[in-house]
Amino acid sequence: MKTTKFIHSADGSSERMQGFMAHLRANGLRVGPDEFRYSMKALETIDVLSPHDVRLACKAICASKAHGYTQFDDLFDAYWMNGGYEKFSVQQNSNQAGSDTRKSFSQEVSDADTSNGSGDPDEADDESEGESAQHGEGKLTGSRIRNIEGVDLRQMMTPEALARAEQVARKLAASMRDRRSRRRRASQRGHTLNMRKIMRASIATGGDPIHLFKQRRPERPVNVLALLDVSGSMMVYSRVFLAFLKGLVSNEQRTEAYLFHTSLIQVSDVMRDSDTLRAINRLSLIAQGFGGGTRIGASLNLFNQQYAAKSVNGRSVVIIFSDGYDTDPPELIAKALKRLKKRGCRIIWLNPLKGWKDYAPVAQGMAAALPYLDLFAAANTLDSLAALKPHLVKL
Amino acid sequence: MQDTMSWQSLQCELERLAYVASDELAMALHLSMTLGRPLLLEGAAGVGKTEIAKALSQLQDSKLIRLQCYEGLDASTAIYEWNYQRQLLSIRASHEVASCDRDLSIDEVDAHIFSDKYLLKRPLLEAITQDEPPVLLIDEVDRADEEFEAYLLELLSDFQISIPEMGTIQATSKPLVILTSNGTRDLSDALRRRCLYSYVDYPDKATEMAILHKRDPDIDSRLATQIVGFVQALRKEDLEKKPGVAEMLDWAAALSGMGIVDITDDPTIMQSTLVCLLKTQADKAQIPVEVTQRLAGSFV
Repeated sequence: MKTTKFIHSADGSSERMQGFMAHLRANGLRVGPDEFRYSMKALETIDVLSPHDVRLACKAICASKAHGYTQFDDLFDAYWMNGGYEKFSVQQNSNQAGSDTRKSFSQEVSDADTSNGSGDPDEADDESEGESAQHGEGKLTGSRIRNIEGVDLRQMMTPEALARAEQVARKLAASMRDRRSRRRRASQRGHTLNMRKIMRASIATGGDPIHLFKQRRPERPVNVLALLDVSGSMMVYSRVFLAFLKGLVSNEQRTEAYLFHTSLIQVSDVMRDSDTLRAINRLSLIAQGFGGGTRIGASLNLFNQQYAAKSVNGRSVVIIFSDGYDTDPPELIAKALKRLKKRGCRIIWLNPLKGWKDYAPVAQGMAAALPYLDLFAAANTLDSLAALKPHLVKL
Repeated sequence: MQDTMSWQSLQCELERLAYVASDELAMALHLSMTLGRPLLLEGAAGVGKTEIAKALSQLQDSKLIRLQCYEGLDASTAIYEWNYQRQLLSIRASHEVASCDRDLSIDEVDAHIFSDKYLLKRPLLEAITQDEPPVLLIDEVDRADEEFEAYLLELLSDFQISIPEMGTIQATSKPLVILTSNGTRDLSDALRRRCLYSYVDYPDKATEMAILHKRDPDIDSRLATQIVGFVQALRKEDLEKKPGVAEMLDWAAALSGMGIVDITDDPTIMQSTLVCLLKTQADKAQIPVEVTQRLAGSFV
């Protein structure tokens, strides 16, 4: 490999290095002035004539995540080894092999990536606008951080995207679960002093509080019950939602997952399968077996009868993922939700259609359900799912 | 003298101490020493992240101070704590002395009870107050809560610890800080950017052979090839918990301890020794005798 651009041969090694840092930044690595300073310092302690040494040194300093670590070698080659200024991105590399739809997705991803890298967030928004116009679907708003979060979930079929969905769900679940009681209990590892106990014990030591006792607010975790609509109209979203559901359930025994279309089944055990793709495929098979329309009302009714008594209480949050298109009369949904609500639980309805421009809950089922919901939110992008966090914490 | 060591010689020195480090890891360690920055190691369990700190402390002939992180770890168990009971007794004693002599002012008492004498040093404070620079191992930092990461930031960037009652304690000697993480949760960017980073992967075949020979020099080379080949093949299987280097060494010790010279000899015994490698019920079910034989046979 030719190394004409290598540090020693270029005049102004510090400028070249600065260029390299900018190159890394443009490709999504988080490097700042500190990294530059340390890289320059590091070059003094190693053999700068050896590309291998410089590569290793820069890698240790500039890569800060496993993801950047694997990407680094390509970026290094591209900059120093006459590899051209081609921008690499992990998504691009791993997706290119896929089918046509995948290709177009990864193309969009890398496009959005580039504009993000130029440091102009508005541009990134424009990009996703153009993209949605291309597909002739509703406008998605609120994509801030990275392309992938803003892409409509229908287009997300890659393992990375699914893993990301799972991660978002896990964070949401954690934020919901982390609840503490308002009261305090004695505890060895508490944060505050348990004055009552200290005073009582200090009687034995002549009024001197020799032994300090602590107290803490015990945890009162909520249990999450997730109901996912896998009917025909939701099919395009189902794989991502399944990954999301899996993230919610993860290893937490208190979380239960159910699938429904014309009937309802409990799938918590399948969801706890450690292999995401295997679990999703197993579930897809189950889901395909049913087909037909959606009977939300009847499914919720079944849920009330079979599972709610055992698992829904005042500390429960029931999350329903559905677009609200129902073949049953809407009164059935209202009745089922009313009954469920009486158990003291909180009900969240996540509707992928809500994120679309000009959406109004005109589906009769949806309109009937609204009065019983604690939260009715969009769920068409990962961003919109992640944005639920503050609401869920408050519930 | 350690500072002038190049990364290649560091790698050789470590190898002498029976730790085989990859080029990337050796360079990261070298930079961590020369730049005085903490080193964050990530990677699967059992690839030797913790071992490296032990090897380093041996190499530098310095003390190894280890802080094992866990959920709920707080400042009082990791950094410092006041010896409350002793302070209290001291106040009582000073009162009794004072009553017959003269009254100590509040400031004097204050300065007295919040002095070094009443400070209980926990690992992090201990690490920066040593005379000789120690190796500080902050193990499995991802297990600690996010708020604990915030405590670490001051230490990792400036090597100082602020104690409200006493002021700021500067490091008398800069420890070599190694942080390890298994990736059970994502670490904050603030922590990451204060550290150098290296991802420790499962070793390749040649490296793993070298490790096995370093750790167990007497092992029969044919058996060693079989062991490493089998473990490498096993890692490619669909397992919940892939066997790490530590497991491989355990297994090698078990096999040579049982006097086995060829792993394809007796399928039942071979299968029963897999307890060293497979650590969950699901993994055990995943690798029945047939699969074991296929894996064992494929490279003989």
